[in-house]
Order: sequence, then C-alpha cells, then structure tokens
Amino acid sequence: MCTVCGCSEGEARIGGQPLVGTDAPHRHDHAHDHDEHGHAHDHTPASAHHHYGTGPARAHAPGLSQSRMVQIEQDILSKNDGYARDNRRLFQQRGVLALNLVSSPGSGKTTLLTRTLTDLRDGLDLAVIEGDQETSLDAERIRATGVASVQINTGKGCHLDAHMVGHAATDLDLRQGAVLFIENVGNLVCPAAFDLGEAYKIVILSVTEGEDKPLKYPDMFHAADLMLINKIDLLPHLDFDVGRCIDAAHCINPGLQILQVSARSGAGLDAWYDWLRLQRAARLLGRVVPATV
Amino acid sequence: MHEMSLCESIVQIIEEQARTAHFDAVRRVVLDIGALSAVDVAALRFCFDVVAAQGVARGATLDIRTIPATAWCMACAEVVDINRRDDVCPRCGSHQLVVEGGDDMRIKELEVD
Repeated sequence: MCTVCGCSEGEARIGGQPLVGTDAPHRHDHAHDHDEHGHAHDHTPASAHHHYGTGPARAHAPGLSQSRMVQIEQDILSKNDGYARDNRRLFQQRGVLALNLVSSPGSGKTTLLTRTLTDLRDGLDLAVIEGDQETSLDAERIRATGVASVQINTGKGCHLDAHMVGHAATDLDLRQGAVLFIENVGNLVCPAAFDLGEAYKIVILSVTEGEDKPLKYPDMFHAADLMLINKIDLLPHLDFDVGRCIDAAHCINPGLQILQVSARSGAGLDAWYDWLRLQRAARLLGRVVPATV
Repeated sequence: MHEMSLCESIVQIIEEQARTAHFDAVRRVVLDIGALSAVDVAALRFCFDVVAAQGVARGATLDIRTIPATAWCMACAEVVDINRRDDVCPRCGSHQLVVEGGDDMRIKELEVD
C-alpha cells in the first residue's frame, strides 16, 4: 500500500515519465504483492502531469474447499465514494469551491474555462485539474492564462475518478477561498457515475449539438446542478431550439439551473461569473478569511 | 466504457473479501444493478471476464439482477416503478415524478470455494 495516500489500486500507476522541465519530482516506487507500482509526485503545480493506465496483474493462489455463500452488500463504487468523501472534506476544510465540468468532446469546455480564468484571475484564487485521455495540451492552454493546473491523463479510462483527483489536488496549492475547476474527460456518459468530491457538477452543452441531448444522455443531466448552454453566438446560423433544449433538460432534472453563454462573444458570462462568486461566497460564510494584503 | 472501471472495483472488492473471508475461488457473483444506473449489462459481463481473468474471481459467473427504479408520483400520491428517467407515471401518465432511487450498484453476495 502506498504510504503517501494509502492507495492500493492496481490501475493507479504512473505511466508517464517525469515531464521535461519539472523541478526534481519526488518519486517513490515500491513493490506491491501484485505488481511494481510507482507514483511520481511533482510539486511544481504549474507543470504537474499524472498518467493513469489500466491492467492490474494479480497473483493467483488456487485452492479448493466446499462452496459457500458470502454476503457482501457493498456498493460497487464504494471505494471511489470513499476517496470522494476525503476530497470533499479537504475542500471543505480549506474553503475551496470545487466544480466538476462535464460535457461531450467539442462543447467548448476548455475555451469557456480559459475565458473564465482570464476574466476572473485578478479577483479570485483559481486552480484547474485537467482531465484528458492523452496529451497535456489543455493544461498548457490553462497555464497560458497564468493559472496553476495539473494534467491527469486517464490512458484508456473514460472518466476521472476521485482517487486521481485526490492525488492531483495535493499537487496544487489550494488556498482558502480558491475556486478549483476540474475539467473532466469529454464524455456525457461515464463521468456521471463517479463522484469526485466536487460541490457541483456543471454540464456544458453547445448549440452545435442536438437540443434533445438531455433526453439522450439523461444520467449526466440528472446528476448536474448547473447547465451552461454554450456557443449561443452561433444561434442565428442554426436550427437549435433553446426552449426545447431547456424543456428536455427540465424533464430529466426539474431543479437544474440553466445559463446561456458564449465563451467567444462573452454573452451571458456575467451571469456565470455571478453564479461562481455566489457559490464561493456561500462556502465561505461563517469562516474567518485572512485579510488579503 | 466505465464498465471496465466498475469491473475493476468489483474484482478489487472480491479480492479484499477473499483475504478477510478466506476463500480461494469464486463461482458466482450476485449483483443488484439499478435500472437507472447507466450500466450496460452486456458490457459489464464482457469486461468482468477480462478483468477477472487473473485473480480469485477467474471463471466466476455474474448473476445480475436488475432492480426497478421507483418514483413518487405527485398526481397519484403513490410510489410507482419506472425504467427510465423520462418515463411517465405508469398509472396516470403524469410527468410529475420524483425519482427516488434506482441508480444503485451493489455486490450482494458471492458463492465461493
């Protein structure tokens, strides 16, 4: 078992080498009963990069005895949910607003995020955990805004899980009152099932997609707390019916809050920023926030 | 595709149980999968055979029970069974349903040697 975080998951291996340009990453490799298992912890937030692969190779100890039933009654996702609880506790202790951004690939998630970071970085402490199957291209786009980001590569994985996020969060210097954006892998199915410990799930749907997407992918729209309809500057060129889209979303999730934005033109972004500031302020109520000099 | 991750979790739980409950092989795994749990059962079976190929769960069969989801119908003031998130009330056709459960995924029990 890893002595840093207690992780014992077979798939949690750091596949990538330390990145070029990182400052002396702290690395610990140790043998498990099933496989070699190593973690690289890079404490340079601006350039950290985690890579997760799959494929545990476990030992097999055959033996025979009489058949019997073992009652388990355990949630399949209990392990993930345990890590998510730890993350949530960490974020609460530090007064950090953590947001899980989910969408299809190509909804403009990263563009919306970089625009948001650029517009808000002077007034707020911001940080980003960037999830993609491969490459650190998005983390580089984030870093270009001057905001610290950690890239998680999921390899064959189709979603972030709470264990990956917990590791990535330790690489970020999360200060009290910070807003942490966790950009999930572009996928409207799998990330719905995996709690990361976030305060809110935000689903982004662009008007170049179908307005019936909430009906086609109900689990994600049901799990979300806020929906951002993005690229509304393109509406004059499309047949996208915003009203129908909102009705479809409310059919699945009557309590879903919906904002219409364009990361390109800036339309609607003030409401999105107000939402962020309000949620952040709500999390800090009753806390003694150290005065910023 | 997250069925692969789910299967890794299932196998991990089984391996932990194998250590604490002292068994060496698993014949049958009984799963309760909620109707709204976003799991493709065929994919789950396929992934399980792949993930379980090396360990204590090797060769085990999956016994998957689909658990119907329930919702509170405001019009009927009754709990009704549903199968999809956009289902209407099977009694009165109302859309005013509050989904109460059905996305659980649990390992109920194991038949072991």
